Amino acid sequence: MRSVLSSRWAGLLLLAVVIALLPLGLKNNFQFDIAVRIGFNAIVVIGLNLLIGYAGQISLGHAGFLGLAAYFSAITVTRYGWPPLVSLLAAATLVGLLAFIIARPVLRLKGHYLAMATLGLGIIISIVLNQEAGLTGGPDGMAVDPFTIGAFKLVKAREWYWLVGALLWLAVWLSLNLIDSPVGRALRAVHGSEVAAEVVGVDTTRYKVMVFVLSAVFASVVGSLQAHYVSFISPQQAGFFQSVEWVIMVVLGGMASTYGAVIGAVILTALPQVLTALEDYEHMIFGLIMMLVMILLPKGIVPSAGALLRRVSSKAEGGK
Amino acid sequence: MTLLNVENLSKEFGGVHAISDLTFTINPGTIHSIIGPNGAGKTTLFNLITGVYTPSAGRVLFQDQPVTGLRPNELAARGMSRTFQNLQIFMNMTALENVLVGRHLHLNTGILPSLFRWPAIGRGDRAATVMAKDLMAFVGLEKYIGWDADAMPYGALKRLEIARALAAEPKLLLLDEPAAGLNATESREIDEVIKKVAAQGVTVVLVEHDMKMVMEISDHILVLDYGRKLTEGTPAEVRQNPDVIAAYLGQVG
Repeated sequence: MRSVLSSRWAGLLLLAVVIALLPLGLKNNFQFDIAVRIGFNAIVVIGLNLLIGYAGQISLGHAGFLGLAAYFSAITVTRYGWPPLVSLLAAATLVGLLAFIIARPVLRLKGHYLAMATLGLGIIISIVLNQEAGLTGGPDGMAVDPFTIGAFKLVKAREWYWLVGALLWLAVWLSLNLIDSPVGRALRAVHGSEVAAEVVGVDTTRYKVMVFVLSAVFASVVGSLQAHYVSFISPQQAGFFQSVEWVIMVVLGGMASTYGAVIGAVILTALPQVLTALEDYEHMIFGLIMMLVMILLPKGIVPSAGALLRRVSSKAEGGK
Repeated sequence: MTLLNVENLSKEFGGVHAISDLTFTINPGTIHSIIGPNGAGKTTLFNLITGVYTPSAGRVLFQDQPVTGLRPNELAARGMSRTFQNLQIFMNMTALENVLVGRHLHLNTGILPSLFRWPAIGRGDRAATVMAKDLMAFVGLEKYIGWDADAMPYGALKRLEIARALAAEPKLLLLDEPAAGLNATESREIDEVIKKVAAQGVTVVLVEHDMKMVMEISDHILVLDYGRKLTEGTPAEVRQNPDVIAAYLGQVG
């Protein structure tokens, strides 16, 4: 138990150090921008990993939740002058409520059917955002005022970095706490065997709904912040491809691994930027890397690397 | 007082009567076996009692309270726990974590305390871990405490299910073929575990094909055939019943 505790704090400390020191290596605004985008994606993917990796459910509609929150913040702040933080909290409450209402009927489905239902949900939201042009600006999108807290105004990527970094650390902390608790075990039990979880008293519906709502709220918070950060939003951000990309980040980094979710977000956000140097071959090489990782590290990067390390260290001990 | 009353229980699957008009009671503190040929409806009966299936007709009383139609987790909260004929282990967890899930009903499962890791969560988990280790030792699994469930052999997983069910501190424990697929030695060991469980005051209901085991440890036996009660009574009574010999044991002699 003690070692679990200390390894948890070691991971959190390491993450804090990385977040604190990374700016020393970032040279320009462009690199800060990528770091901020990585942070946004990582927070969403940490939430999604609780749903997909731990509880064994799937969602191809979470970009819809992000989109709703982004537009809610954009409209209330830019048109009606709400304080951005109030908008963010209101959006999170509303998105959480919406997720709660649709979770029960949707999460009764399993596997492919659940994927289809959540896909449909995402598409509906994206259609609404496209069609309600009077409110949302339609396919042209809309401009968003910057994020302010009192007299503080966040504009530059350099400034955003610290807010997003702090929130990322917080998301990792919350996720690790949750997993290492009776609730976290109940979530994993739902993944392992729903009927066995129920006969020892786990209300499986309650936990599926809870984790769906929680992951939607993570996406919602990011949606509100991202709208202010990018200062312009369009329905594309709420689209199907964004949802799929997050699922890939979960799988690539490693299902049921909080740090895996972060690594998945880092790689999938940064890699396309690195590969732009290859011009025409960018997408081909990108696809090739994805395929190789999944063939060589089928459990995802972090769990596979962890297993490899354990094997090496046990071999070393055996040699003594 | 009876612990469990099954009254005129029936279950149909598209016209097939898996259980028909079945009535029996289970007294606390006994080992109660349910036997019958394959397809007699034993596992269906378990699923009806534990809320996995909803009956087509009839009702179930647990501790004199009607519980028909309650969900398995609600029945677990009232003191009912079970194992499965086909293993239902959480293969994505360690052996110890499997047993810890069995403690679910006795731990703080609030979402905010868990997210922010209030001290009570850590305290509860530490106490639960001590108990889970004791339970693993109780069923003879002390050497598997640190193992991942998916690395454990079949016989050990059978016992892990019992430890997990016991962690909920049930009043009624239903075991669906605990000795299936085990060799004679392992079977004998499961035997001992069941006796120890019963000795602690837990009422045990057992579905089992191993006749030697059934006859040896049961206080009471219910014989099913085609979803109906063929007979019930003590092992001695059942053994001598001509219907039972014809329907079930007849093939042996």
